[in-house]
Amino acid sequence: MTPTTPVATPSATDAKVDSDAESGANSVAESDGDSAGDSDAPAELRVVPARHYWRWAAGAAVLVLTAQFAHGLVTNPAWEWEVFFRYVTADSVLRAVWVTLQLTVYGTVLGFALGLVLALMRLSRSPLLAGVAWAYVWAFRSIPLIVQLLFWFNLAYLYEELGVGIPFGPVVWSFGTMHLVGAMSAAVIGLALHQAAYAAEILRGGFLAVEPGQLEAAAALGIPRLRQLRRIVLPQAMRSVLPNAANEIVSLFKGTSIVSVMAIGELFYQVQVIYGRNGRVVPLLMVATAWYIVLTTLLSVVQYYVERHFARGADRTPPPTPLQRARAFTRTLKETR
Amino acid sequence: MSTSPVMVDIRGVHKSFGPHEVLRGIDLQVRAGEVTVVIGPSGSGKSTLLRAINHLEKLSRGSVSIDGALVGYRRRGNKLYELKEREILRRRTRIGFVFQNFNLFPHLTVLQNITEAPVSALRRPRTEAKERAEALLDRVGLADKADAYPRQLSGGQQQRVAIARALALDPQVLLFDEPTSALDPELVGEVLDVIKDVARAGTTMIVVTHEIGFAREIADTVVFMDDGVIVEQGPPGDVLDHPRQERTKAFLSKVL
Repeated sequence: MTPTTPVATPSATDAKVDSDAESGANSVAESDGDSAGDSDAPAELRVVPARHYWRWAAGAAVLVLTAQFAHGLVTNPAWEWEVFFRYVTADSVLRAVWVTLQLTVYGTVLGFALGLVLALMRLSRSPLLAGVAWAYVWAFRSIPLIVQLLFWFNLAYLYEELGVGIPFGPVVWSFGTMHLVGAMSAAVIGLALHQAAYAAEILRGGFLAVEPGQLEAAAALGIPRLRQLRRIVLPQAMRSVLPNAANEIVSLFKGTSIVSVMAIGELFYQVQVIYGRNGRVVPLLMVATAWYIVLTTLLSVVQYYVERHFARGADRTPPPTPLQRARAFTRTLKETR
Repeated sequence: MSTSPVMVDIRGVHKSFGPHEVLRGIDLQVRAGEVTVVIGPSGSGKSTLLRAINHLEKLSRGSVSIDGALVGYRRRGNKLYELKEREILRRRTRIGFVFQNFNLFPHLTVLQNITEAPVSALRRPRTEAKERAEALLDRVGLADKADAYPRQLSGGQQQRVAIARALALDPQVLLFDEPTSALDPELVGEVLDVIKDVARAGTTMIVVTHEIGFAREIADTVVFMDDGVIVEQGPPGDVLDHPRQERTKAFLSKVL
């Protein structure tokens, strides 16, 4: 909180409040305040904060532009807000939001689980495992998500049957891919595999950011290997993993709109269907936009608190939550009154 | 003292990093309850030797055994077979290690730092581990810091926690790798006091340090290492005050 010292009023002539009696010999010029330095008791001089005229001007310009934009949003009839409000909570849209959320959650959970395996393989001492993990990341980062999704969608064309058995030998149990991979599971598989490549790199980066001395200390104490990972390495890696992971989840969340090419009724596909029917393109795109914004905002809030949890011990005093900050602010307001 | 059994037995230890041979044949016996202080110029291999004792560094040749059991290997006939990680970890619980940079776990409280290994590695009940940890914190003079996080402590306090953490496993040997080198000068004393206290309790210790005065005070044996070999060893009165080797004299004249 900024201290509550009374600030000199901005009008230029009032600004000579500094150095009351001490510098009697030298009545101080105000506007270029650094000439006040020859006072013999500098501790008692009042500090006047620098004035940032250009910053104020830029702020005013931005305010005007924002106001214009907001005004346009409200007054321009082309936005068709009544259409927007009719559809934003329509059942079909809510169902589509739910599908989008499912795609995001499955994609994230499976993607990060596989990503964790890949990251550990990549960091393992086995050159074969590390090589395979590297190749996976290379391949799935190279293939555009949409191409990969279409591959999965057309899996039945590539392999009519999949089976379990002895490698290169007889098959014990087999099943048709037609029934195995529907559009939804194809989408989830595609998103998860894509996500895994990025998650692997994010997690690997997190592991590398943990100071090697931590692992040494854990090893010197004889803490079992899995426990070292779970209790010592992962929680510390989380600090650098979380911001990137949140980025990835948000981009996956919005990236689910790509799945519309597979005719899955997620949010973007659904609004396309609706505006294909009624021709109100802009308000329906705004419906999708509003939902993407709302859910991303929720995720950002979650991210803040998760990051705060994993930051424990990182600072001498943990930073206050926005709620605590607001409370402290009202408290200082009351006290200054 | 010299009649007690050998606790740490280091024989013919060699260690190379690539073409660079850091340890070039180390033989050293430390008896139970004795304090051995290793001194020497930087790059002489002191820290590597200490890390080799609990197998943080693999040996290129030679062997280390604690209380008769090889560290990191199993002997069958004329061959040493490297142990699985799980067994190495189990044997390490008998060797305490105190690092130059403390290496406390920053995301765990002081108490959790101390109880983690007893609970997960020795499978001690949590309440028992907690009581023991509190007793140890009391012993290092930090009873009131149990719920603090390491970064809220001074360097000296952190190192004292690290010592308590090592003691919580009731190790047979305690290894100190320059325990005061990362500390501000005014904090060195409190850590040395704790180490002295532990030494008086009869713990077998090997201490790598630059504090010659401290070495004189607590060491039963002082070992001077240079260039990967032990140049001279003996009681502190001999090695520190009447060194026989030129290299020892040259080193001591620089640091004293």
